[in-house]
Amino acid sequence: MITAPELEIAVLILGMVILMFEAFAARMDKRLLAFAGILGLATVLAASFFVVPSPAADQATGFWSFYTADSLSIFFKRFALLTTIFVLIMMIDYAPVVRGSVVTGKVQSALGEFFALPIFTCAGLMYMASAIDFIFIFVSLELVTISFYVLVSFTRRNPATLEAGVKYLVLSALSTAFLVYGITWIFGATGQTNLERITVALANSDTDRSAALFGMVLVLVALGFKIGAVPFQIWVPDVYQGAPTPVTAYLSVGSKAAGFVVLLRVLRPFLMLPQMQRLLVLIAILTLIYGNLAALPQGNLKRLLAYSSVAHAGYLLIGVACFDGGAVIFYLTAYLLMTLLSFAVLVIVSQQTGDRISDFDGLGKRSPFLAFAMLIGMVSLAGIPFTAGFLGKFFIFYAAIAQRQLALVVVGVITVACGFYYYLKVVRAMYWQSAAAVDKIPVSALSRFAMSALILAILALGIYPQPILKAFEPTRERIAATSTITR
Amino acid sequence: MLLLVIFCPIVAAIVIMAGAPARKTALVASVLTLAITLLLLASFQGSQRDFQHVTSLSLSPEWHLSFTTGVDGLSMVMVLLAAIVTMAAVWFTGEIDRHKNAFYACLLLISGGAIGAFASIDLFFFYAFHELALIPTFLLIGIWGSGNRTAAAWKITIYLAIGSFILLIGLILLYQSVPVESRSFDMRALKAAAALGQISADAQRHIYLLLLIGFGILISLFPFHTWAPEAYASAPAPAAMLHAGVLKKFGLYGLLRLAIPLLPDGARHWTNLLVVLLLGNIIYVGLVTIAQKRLDWMLGYSSVMHMGYIFLGIASANILGVTGATVLMFAHGLSIALLFAIAGELRRRTGTLVLDDLGGLGKVMPFAGLAFGLGAFAAIGLPGFANFAAEVMIFFGAFKNGWELERFHLFQIATVLGLWGVVISAVYMLRAYRKAFMGTLAARWKDLVDLRPGLRVPVTLLVGAALCYGFFPQSFVRIIAPAFRPYLSASK
Repeated sequence: MITAPELEIAVLILGMVILMFEAFAARMDKRLLAFAGILGLATVLAASFFVVPSPAADQATGFWSFYTADSLSIFFKRFALLTTIFVLIMMIDYAPVVRGSVVTGKVQSALGEFFALPIFTCAGLMYMASAIDFIFIFVSLELVTISFYVLVSFTRRNPATLEAGVKYLVLSALSTAFLVYGITWIFGATGQTNLERITVALANSDTDRSAALFGMVLVLVALGFKIGAVPFQIWVPDVYQGAPTPVTAYLSVGSKAAGFVVLLRVLRPFLMLPQMQRLLVLIAILTLIYGNLAALPQGNLKRLLAYSSVAHAGYLLIGVACFDGGAVIFYLTAYLLMTLLSFAVLVIVSQQTGDRISDFDGLGKRSPFLAFAMLIGMVSLAGIPFTAGFLGKFFIFYAAIAQRQLALVVVGVITVACGFYYYLKVVRAMYWQSAAAVDKIPVSALSRFAMSALILAILALGIYPQPILKAFEPTRERIAATSTITR
Repeated sequence: MLLLVIFCPIVAAIVIMAGAPARKTALVASVLTLAITLLLLASFQGSQRDFQHVTSLSLSPEWHLSFTTGVDGLSMVMVLLAAIVTMAAVWFTGEIDRHKNAFYACLLLISGGAIGAFASIDLFFFYAFHELALIPTFLLIGIWGSGNRTAAAWKITIYLAIGSFILLIGLILLYQSVPVESRSFDMRALKAAAALGQISADAQRHIYLLLLIGFGILISLFPFHTWAPEAYASAPAPAAMLHAGVLKKFGLYGLLRLAIPLLPDGARHWTNLLVVLLLGNIIYVGLVTIAQKRLDWMLGYSSVMHMGYIFLGIASANILGVTGATVLMFAHGLSIALLFAIAGELRRRTGTLVLDDLGGLGKVMPFAGLAFGLGAFAAIGLPGFANFAAEVMIFFGAFKNGWELERFHLFQIATVLGLWGVVISAVYMLRAYRKAFMGTLAARWKDLVDLRPGLRVPVTLLVGAALCYGFFPQSFVRIIAPAFRPYLSASK
């Protein structure tokens, strides 16, 4: 049988092997490395279904006191692997841009690194999913962030990319400082870094709760940066627009999902403090309003998706503020599918025309398949029934109504209507504007397959949500149990 | 058999998008849908109160979510309406200059969504099927519309999106208002819970208000009606036929289906508000309709106005009024579809629908004139048409009403004002008819040709159905009334 840590080790070895090939086999076709990466990750994904469970949290010692292999973590390991596979597929389509932008003497230099770095990021995301100790959370978060520093500014000849890279570097470093400072406060107040033991310490009346809460707020600042919640969202549009498109997709799905997993984990000890929920509700409302309103006038699709990712962070925060882990997880899954699908189309179309919405004019004529894929992506992001995006919103609203969070519901409904406008703007461009050019847009067989899989998954989850709900019934009950203790 | 009715248009839409010959496939699918619906109607057990032809597929046991479909008298009538109007709309579709396949696919998706919503017993799918029609409507108006189509498309989409999410909140609240062990999306289970008094009066008030606003936006209840005339004026004729004729009835159907059996206390609490708003529909919108200078806008406003009568029937909580409301939903669907179809033909031939520019068209297009006239008479509610029978039932029902009010009350005023509404609708309909089809024929319209024989089939179908149920409304009343009898007699 396989134990959970072996999955990460396998991913790390895969990344190193690909780097070795990059270093010593300069003449080979580097795209083979990407195919090897996809294959390797798919193998690990398959292996993740045969993982033996870890010891229970309360009797865990040694390694298991900062690493868990519960259902939540295994699910997010799969989530990370799947995201990385799709990102690698997008990167293969994107390879010509990288090649054109990184010109050094050798023909295909650096392309191998471009394919290897996401695999390291993936390992970081997988560690993050399992982390139940603040120190381990910090280390895995840094593994993710540092590989993103490189990825974001990879096509560095482009000034916009360089700007994005610098912005991401500076703000990310700042947020890391907040994280460490927050962890220090929590450690100072409770004497623990393990989340389970922090829960116990906080229940003890001798503990200085306000100091711990202060530390938690600092941690929230750092995580708010990762998930792009208001008021830490300023970097999102510029970095998303400047970064290479597959990296943007990775940033908006992988990084955000990891942020939410960590958020769900670190919040659990603090749920008994009523201030926490009020703070989260406030952040959720601000994020919803900002993300949706800022997205309304956008003419650039990449920027639009950046703001939409802020908006979706808002919906996810509704779920977090209502302590409904199951709803958050379902929403994240839906978000993964629909965002990756939109970016996959964007990667292909932007190389032909550009990444403004007007560059999508007449796509319905030029490539019915791409237009249909984008239609499904947009419709799901907007939240139309029979797509995964609708069910995600449904469960989120369900949680908010069950908690009688009136403000969240009202703001949520209004912002959903905003969302209809800006997502349908893309649909409108594709189908009822006439195209400047009429030539067909070629789609490689692999991308076509990947997009078809995403479309099918979105529609299937929209009608039959049971697989995801089933996987999380235990988590849901546990979180519900925690929140009932709160009251 | 019912599943066949729901999925026939949807499957046809997919097949058309995949490249099948558009018009032929769409026609075959819509005729097939109508045929199966008629079979369904023939095998329908009129006296039985429960849902028939029930099929169920469990999707999520924890959430009690299942794909359950079935029809009772109320939904049977609505499915029949949807099938008839779909066939007429598809038949009436003329030459499409671009994306021909997508046009037919959108039409069929709207129709499939409407039929699915009417036939769903599960609340989740009831809601989801209706939303299925949202994007096709957006595309139909946006791509193939005329006039200020972009603005109209945005307006209808955003209005309906807000309306349906308010509705969704109401439905979730309804789901949560019953105790955990009996929570279900199944309407029958909710009815059972309501019968046991498990939905508190307080919860009912909140839910009813949310449903009233949510459905109200979808139905174009005053003051949420402003999207409707603009959208119908810009939409291509078949889209306007389907949307005004069928899809808009979804909200009314929802109120009849949910509010009456599940939320009697909520309905009682908000009755006065509803009556005031529906008078806004009948009187205010009626007067606005008279002022219209364009035929398409006039028809759009008139369809908003007639919603007021149906609301009056629903608000009356009287078995006669509610049954009348259902029959009027059916009758109005037929007449407004016919009127939009003829208006669409006029627009295609003349390029204008400004009433002052038209005139005397009856001389060159006698059949179109006859059809429009019959449609207008039906919309006014002349005896012989189903509209007449329905309006009579509504007025009697509302005057008597089911609320046990003291002597002189709001419903009497509303009924009297509503009767004046009939005069208003006679004014605008007859004026429009006179301006378009009577009088002197302008020289530039001399060469117009009448509807070709092929197009006379759907006209005959629509008129025939309206006349048939005008003379024999009893055949509907017989199957509709049992669905309501237990709730309305209980609320008296």
